[in-house]
Amino acid sequence: MTEKKEVISILVDNQYNVLSRISSLIGRRGFNIDTITASATQDPEITRITIGFTGTEQSLSQLLTQMGKLEIVREIFVLDPAESVFRELLLIKLKADKSVRSAIIEIVDIYRARIIDLSKDSMIIELTGAPDKIDGFMKMLDCYEMVEFCRTGVTGIHRGVREYTRFED
Amino acid sequence: MMKLTGGEIVAELLLEHGVDTVFGYPGGAALNMYDALYKYKDKIRHILGSHEQHSAHAADGYARATGKVGVVLATSGPGACNLVTGIATAFMDSIPMVAITSNVSSELIGRDAFQEIYITGVTLPITKHNFFVNKIEDLPHVIRQAFKIAQSGRKGPVLVDITKDVTGASANYETGAPYAVAVPPEVSQSDLEEIARMINKAKQPMVYCGGGVAASDGGPALKALLDKSEMPSCFTIMASGVLDHKDHRNMGMIGMHGNVASNRAMDQADLILALGTRFSDRVAQNMKKFGSKATIVHVDIDKSEINKNVVVGKSIVCDVRDFLERILPLIEEKKRSSWFEKIGGWAEKNYKPKDDDSVLKPHQIIGTICGMTRDDAVYVTDVGQHQIWAAQYIKHLKPRSFLTSGGLGTMGFGYGAAVGAQIGCPEKQVIHITGDGSFHMNMNETSTAVSHQLPIITVLLNNQVLGMVYQWQGAFYGDRYSATTVERKTDFVKVAEGFGAKGYRASNLKEFREFFGKALEEKGPVWIECLVDREEQVLPMIPNGGTVEDMIIG
Repeated sequence: MTEKKEVISILVDNQYNVLSRISSLIGRRGFNIDTITASATQDPEITRITIGFTGTEQSLSQLLTQMGKLEIVREIFVLDPAESVFRELLLIKLKADKSVRSAIIEIVDIYRARIIDLSKDSMIIELTGAPDKIDGFMKMLDCYEMVEFCRTGVTGIHRGVREYTRFED
Repeated sequence: MMKLTGGEIVAELLLEHGVDTVFGYPGGAALNMYDALYKYKDKIRHILGSHEQHSAHAADGYARATGKVGVVLATSGPGACNLVTGIATAFMDSIPMVAITSNVSSELIGRDAFQEIYITGVTLPITKHNFFVNKIEDLPHVIRQAFKIAQSGRKGPVLVDITKDVTGASANYETGAPYAVAVPPEVSQSDLEEIARMINKAKQPMVYCGGGVAASDGGPALKALLDKSEMPSCFTIMASGVLDHKDHRNMGMIGMHGNVASNRAMDQADLILALGTRFSDRVAQNMKKFGSKATIVHVDIDKSEINKNVVVGKSIVCDVRDFLERILPLIEEKKRSSWFEKIGGWAEKNYKPKDDDSVLKPHQIIGTICGMTRDDAVYVTDVGQHQIWAAQYIKHLKPRSFLTSGGLGTMGFGYGAAVGAQIGCPEKQVIHITGDGSFHMNMNETSTAVSHQLPIITVLLNNQVLGMVYQWQGAFYGDRYSATTVERKTDFVKVAEGFGAKGYRASNLKEFREFFGKALEEKGPVWIECLVDREEQVLPMIPNGGTVEDMIIG
């Protein structure tokens, strides 16, 4: 069975223990998740959890139905790439003295990234974008010496106006 | 409007939910809670166990036998931790239970106080949901929500952890009403029609019943369906008793220790109607080959069970009894005699144990019990060989009368569950069938049966080995009996007497019959130790991952 990458959005009650309830289920069922983020929403009672997931159709359906059983879950849905916007933030620190600096700046400009810290021998670059854009950017920087990087994990939102509905079936 | 303490509010809420019996064990953090129970002792009966685990099993046994929600109370820390196996047992078998634990005072939470444990964290994966209450005003909503969740959809345990300062504080309390249990999903007419067409068309259908048929009290509706459309049916251990053993459609248990006819019929069926069941690895042992010639229709209230273990052709998410009642008018009358004849031929190959009156054979012990008890007796088992023998040989089960830990397989489940069943059904005979391994885990609970004069009869099949593991070591591990030949010297007759119960030891069937007859006349608990040969095996058997083709019949 073929595996697919999906971004899943879960609206949960903003209360004690929500993230551990979600992560406990992921651990217990052995779901293969790539990223997980939690954030506030416009409703103080609701938190949004976004999961980047790789798996088969069957494991995706297990993730959705098992999560749907949690009392704290109000709504859970797969974000359809055609109908959604995905973003992730990258911070990457490179070793860069003046011999390579201008070459790096060229790549940074092409990707519309930003240099947010500069020292004699290093620089920190910030890039926001869809995960595959960040993948591509990092590939371009492969030939330079990287000190460290961090990525926030994907977050996403549907285009257009939607209303919350309680997960029932 | 009344001014009540938190503990009293909990008691009021229990009464509001029709709870007149709770099981449990007090402790330091639970002092306020138990002080409230003292005040309510005429309205709420508290059954003190010997260990919180047994109290949890008692609440579970009470729920299984009566269909009501079982309630168990425990103190913080070790008390709460001791509930864990009991809660997990209920979770795996979808038994409605509310566990109420006390925790240390709010100001001590997170400081590793004496007997503090993060029990909501510990029980996260073994409850449908749990709550931590550190504000008295949250109590009514939380307790009502707990009862609602425990009984809604696929049933299960819910834990409510309440800090000591909350049970001790006072607040105004207004009486209210329980929250309505969630309405099961509506069965669509088009789904019903499609499934009815499949049933009407099927030449070799097989009904596969799981615990959901028992939980929804769907036995009579199933019988009505079979009366109209004759279909052979089999059951998992969790569905024992949903169909009468004498019913000619009842082919017996399916799975690892199920019989030849059931397993072969499942293998050869062209349609499998799976009702309230989850294709566990003890039934669908080889998930790829299970029912491979059939279209499988899966009816279950839990959507996450659909396609979890076995991918099915058609599914419907609803209450099993609803489904059975609503599909009946769409079903055509069918006899299917040639299919029944075919299965009848396989049934001739079913394993038949040989009688020997000079010793004690498990099937004869169980046969004798069944011949002497009333039709509505409740049987409670522990886990191991005796459990499977009980499932195979008890022949007059009614619904809610075979209580066993099917999913978790908890040795030590039996006595506590028997206490709960006897408290819940005082008019019924409760027979606890156990083995020497399991009984060493829970015999101390006999003290509870003595205190409350519960006439539970324990039939202990003592083969001096941890029999199920011993059997596997013999079959698959070259007779290397690692840690299973127990060599214990326990004198069960003396121990029974030490607890204030009656104890007998039987070495042949005649003795057993005599002692069992005496036990049925007793007002309090009785143990009957039966000396069984350790080479007695549970047969037939399909090894892990096998199919009916790999069955060991003996």
